[in-house]
Amino acid sequence: MTHFLSQVPTYLPILMQGVYLTLLVTLGAFVLATVLGLVWAFMRVSGIAPLAWTARTIIVVVRGIPGIVTLFYIYFVLPDLGLSLSAVQAAIIGLGIAYSPYMAEVFRAGIEAIDRGQTEAALSIGMGWDLLMRRVVLPQAIRVALPPYGSTMVMLLKDSSLASTITVAELSLQGKLLASSTFENTTIFTLVALIYLAMSLPLTAFNAWLERRMRQAR
Amino acid sequence: MSIIELRNIRKSFGTVEVIHDVSFSVEKGEVVCIIGPSGSGKSTLLRCINGLETYQGGEITVHGERVDTGSSRIRQVRARVAMVFQRFNLFPHRTALENVAEGPIFVKKEPREEVLARSRELLTRVGLGAKIDAYPAQLSGGQQQRVAIARALGMKPDAILFDEPTSALDPELVGEVLAVMRSLADEGMTMVVVTHEMGFAREVADRVLFLDGGVLVEQGPPDEVLSRPQHPRTQDFLRRILPS
Repeated sequence: MTHFLSQVPTYLPILMQGVYLTLLVTLGAFVLATVLGLVWAFMRVSGIAPLAWTARTIIVVVRGIPGIVTLFYIYFVLPDLGLSLSAVQAAIIGLGIAYSPYMAEVFRAGIEAIDRGQTEAALSIGMGWDLLMRRVVLPQAIRVALPPYGSTMVMLLKDSSLASTITVAELSLQGKLLASSTFENTTIFTLVALIYLAMSLPLTAFNAWLERRMRQAR
Repeated sequence: MSIIELRNIRKSFGTVEVIHDVSFSVEKGEVVCIIGPSGSGKSTLLRCINGLETYQGGEITVHGERVDTGSSRIRQVRARVAMVFQRFNLFPHRTALENVAEGPIFVKKEPREEVLARSRELLTRVGLGAKIDAYPAQLSGGQQQRVAIARALGMKPDAILFDEPTSALDPELVGEVLAVMRSLADEGMTMVVVTHEMGFAREVADRVLFLDGGVLVEQGPPDEVLSRPQHPRTQDFLRRILPS
């Protein structure tokens, strides 16, 4: 323990460089996955058969492919087709796409959990689809979707380590490089684990706080 | 000119026709009560009037404008014929005041302050002036239904459709809702009410329609239909529900 604590000041600053990339990839992918997930979810509940069918197909296909393969595809295959991306860009886009089906299902579950009477009441006062979604369905669906949405964010934070496979020097890769050059495996990977935990715990706490706030506002 | 007119309406769910060739009209200021056994198509017919259900034959018009769920005008038609639901269907994430103001502010784009002032007046009128900031979950069933009536009034509708507005209420709460509806009728509001409250129909309705098996069996003034029904099906229905 004493040994571990004495090594922390040496290795922590180096690992923190990886934390920046981990947060960048996580945040970027989270925003993209949220936007795409909303689009897929709206298409599925639109009641327009071709849109619903297209969204369902995208969800099934993307969900059936491992995230790491999606990253490889974007980073290694797209350049063959004339589109070259930096490793960080590829990681954000790849993870964003890979997580979008999960987001879509979280949102769809939230939307479909809303009582049909709410839709009818909104329609009966002359609301169109956009107002119905914005003013009536989504504010209620968010409450239903928030717990799984928060869990997905924590999962994404951890899976951002997949970016290491396409050379993004995020936290886990930074740890691996440091460990292989110092052989301080225990110290470094314990630190890496603790840093991931330190990032995910506030997220979990924030999610719980948000849920409590929304329950009170009801 | 009639505010609402139904001509030869036919409505099917799949291959099963549930409304058979129903025609009637509602004049301005008239209160029409639709009675009939469960499953007779009363609520379905009402929901066709503001386009919550499609119909397969005939024509429904509101102020001469055809009710067509596929039309881009359906929103305007719906805003003119408000609806009060059996289970209230208030927006649970909005206060009583916000429930009433939602349509006028966001659908009709009326000035916010003006709408809020009018919404407060409407809630006071239905006896809920002290509950404007309450959420639906904090109100009793009767209070929620009165908010729903205020929400309908907030749209300044030409007519209000009531779909069994007291059926989901505990018996002791029915009276407060009927009292509000009675006062609306007294003020000349055009109303179509699907109801099992025969006392209300007898006292308030200008006309009672008896629907059975999707067929408009009999219609007329409440005294005639409820006290001296001509058709055996009406007689049989009233015998079963009215105390002898």
